[in-house]
Amino acid sequence: MATHDAALTGPPAPEEHHTSTGLDNTKMAMWAFLGSECLFFGSLISTYLLYRSRAASGPTPGEIYDIPFTSVSSFVLLMSSLTMVLALAAIQRGDHRGLRTWLLATALLGMTFIGGQVYEFTTFYEEGLALSKSPFGSAFFMATGFHGAHVTVGILMLLALVGMSMAGRLTVDGARKVELIGLYWHFVDIVWIVIFTVVYLVPTE
Amino acid sequence: MASTEVHPPRESEELTHHPSPRKYVWVAIILAVVTAAEVAIYYIPGIGAFLIPGLVVFAVLKFVMVALYFMHLKFDSKLFRRLFVTGIVLAFVIFTIVLLTFFLRPEASGITG
Repeated sequence: MATHDAALTGPPAPEEHHTSTGLDNTKMAMWAFLGSECLFFGSLISTYLLYRSRAASGPTPGEIYDIPFTSVSSFVLLMSSLTMVLALAAIQRGDHRGLRTWLLATALLGMTFIGGQVYEFTTFYEEGLALSKSPFGSAFFMATGFHGAHVTVGILMLLALVGMSMAGRLTVDGARKVELIGLYWHFVDIVWIVIFTVVYLVPTE
Repeated sequence: MASTEVHPPRESEELTHHPSPRKYVWVAIILAVVTAAEVAIYYIPGIGAFLIPGLVVFAVLKFVMVALYFMHLKFDSKLFRRLFVTGIVLAFVIFTIVLLTFFLRPEASGITG
């Protein structure tokens, strides 16, 4: 009967988003995308594990990593996941001012992380580690660089959300948009949890 | 007929099951403590063979906490969890195949100096 009634009343209004699973299609697509991203980062991290001991004439991981500095960067990114989820909680309460505050906090923490990564890359380059210098250098810059690119895309999406909220364009499905971008942000955080442990903390020998 | 039936998304149902901001803060505190412990064991001189298992346990704990609480996999549909876990499992399969290929035929991979 439900199908018959739906046929009589015509196609659903855009805001209803009818699905065959009872789940939001955009959220399903985001999870499928994040699943595929696991393969992408899994390949990069696997490559790093295979090549990290091949530093050629350049510096080795043990010589070049600054663990205290990277630990602080990791903490900053981890806390950005908290501010992101607080932004989602704010819009779910209808608190748009709170949403913008937490989104800006998340973007600032993300920018701090990226600033740290730029500083780290510059330092490493000055110490002789370059993308084409050794297999270790290539694998390191590819894994951490692609992660940094993902964080940068996330920051742009967060700032776009802030702009949409200020323009009053986050209305009926605003919480869903924040949730989807939040999922992406948390995924980027999860990938860093793995990179921080596998790339930085696990000793080479 | 049942297969063609359409449903509205269960958005409001999902949102009501999400944790409170207070719980999110507690999760973040636990994550910070685990990160501190992870870095601390890196500097323990005599930890030896326990270092890598310890680091893996802490990383898995943080990974699971972020996925379950911040990404709401604990509260949302199991279908989302399956999609994500499928990606992780496939990543491990690829990693295992690459490792096996490289270590069974090191002369072809070029990883031996």
